[in-house]
Amino acid sequence: MSKKKQSLLRPLVVLVGIASVSAFTLGYVYQITEAPIKRAKDNRELEAIAEVVNEFDNNPFAEKMKISTSNKKHKLTMYPARKDGILNSVAVKTYTNTGFGGRIELMAGFNVDGSIKSFKIISSHETPGLGSKVDEPKFKTQFQGFYPGRQILKVRQDGGDIDAVTAATISSRAVLKAIERAYDAFRTFNSGSNNE
Amino acid sequence: MNKKSLENLTRGIFKENPTFVMLLGMCPTLGVSTSAINGLGMGLATAFVLILSNIGISMVKNIIPDIIRIPSFIVIIASFVTVIEMLMQAYLPQLYAALGIYIPLIVVNCIILGRAEAFASKNNVWQSFLDAVGMGLGFTMALTFLGAIREILGNGSLFGWSFVSDETPTMLLFIMPPGAFLALAAIIIAVNKLRGAK
Repeated sequence: MSKKKQSLLRPLVVLVGIASVSAFTLGYVYQITEAPIKRAKDNRELEAIAEVVNEFDNNPFAEKMKISTSNKKHKLTMYPARKDGILNSVAVKTYTNTGFGGRIELMAGFNVDGSIKSFKIISSHETPGLGSKVDEPKFKTQFQGFYPGRQILKVRQDGGDIDAVTAATISSRAVLKAIERAYDAFRTFNSGSNNE
Repeated sequence: MNKKSLENLTRGIFKENPTFVMLLGMCPTLGVSTSAINGLGMGLATAFVLILSNIGISMVKNIIPDIIRIPSFIVIIASFVTVIEMLMQAYLPQLYAALGIYIPLIVVNCIILGRAEAFASKNNVWQSFLDAVGMGLGFTMALTFLGAIREILGNGSLFGWSFVSDETPTMLLFIMPPGAFLALAAIIIAVNKLRGAK
């Protein structure tokens, strides 16, 4: 930190040195954490699946398949849950970009009769304490045994049958939209396989 | 010497509290303090980075020429933050799920660069470590306190433990961004009174 005139060479060498050490460290840490990060992500998805489907003894993760919505615009992933080889429910990974904080990803669970079992938010940027309440039981339990075909999958303000979370109507609407997308894809897949 | 060490350690906790007195790092302060647990998590993550960066920078301070010290500090701080983010994502996924989006913000938290520039670049490793611990604690306490007030008023709970029934109306304003400003302003008034500031 002296005041004497410095050439440009020393700062250049030092900065390149610091950047190289930093780049090497980051590369190394990335390499050793890559596999654990992927495992942690898969685990979170598997936990979400287990939460939204009925009891199963297969590996839904291994049987996953891509399904598309009725207008063929969106592709979602479906995870079938079987007990003793019989399909009893499915989990559909779905999303929406209309959340208050942007994208919401969630796992929606459906029984084979077409009713909703439950859902679980996988990732979201909703306001903590407000929009984040869509993942709490008070809002969630409304969906248990909900038939999207017979009841209206909309919040009450929009003439539907679901009570929105207080002060978080936008988040509630977004969740409904994501579930609707999953239901649409699930139904399209179901009718398609019946015809075959 | 001992007195000086103690002074460096305790200064950040109240007398020069980074949040309530120096008003540094307002972005995470206002954004993350919606609940006590969020404030605590963000505070601890920042304190951890602050300690590492203060130690790292005070170690290399003599080889860094003056004219490139700011870019050097930022590269060092950003590297620490990214390493922590990756490690947390891999080995503490629950914590990452809660704090994930705030971690990259630590890079631009001016408390860290501020302490690097004002303290670590002029003092030895031990004193810089003490300074970082004090400042980190002060920041953590400030965020937790602000988060607790906002959570109590806005959600009727503390650290996730609800003490009102679901039907009780709460002051939702305090969870939303305007409430952050109001609560922070009230606390700063109180702190200024306590400090006897004019």
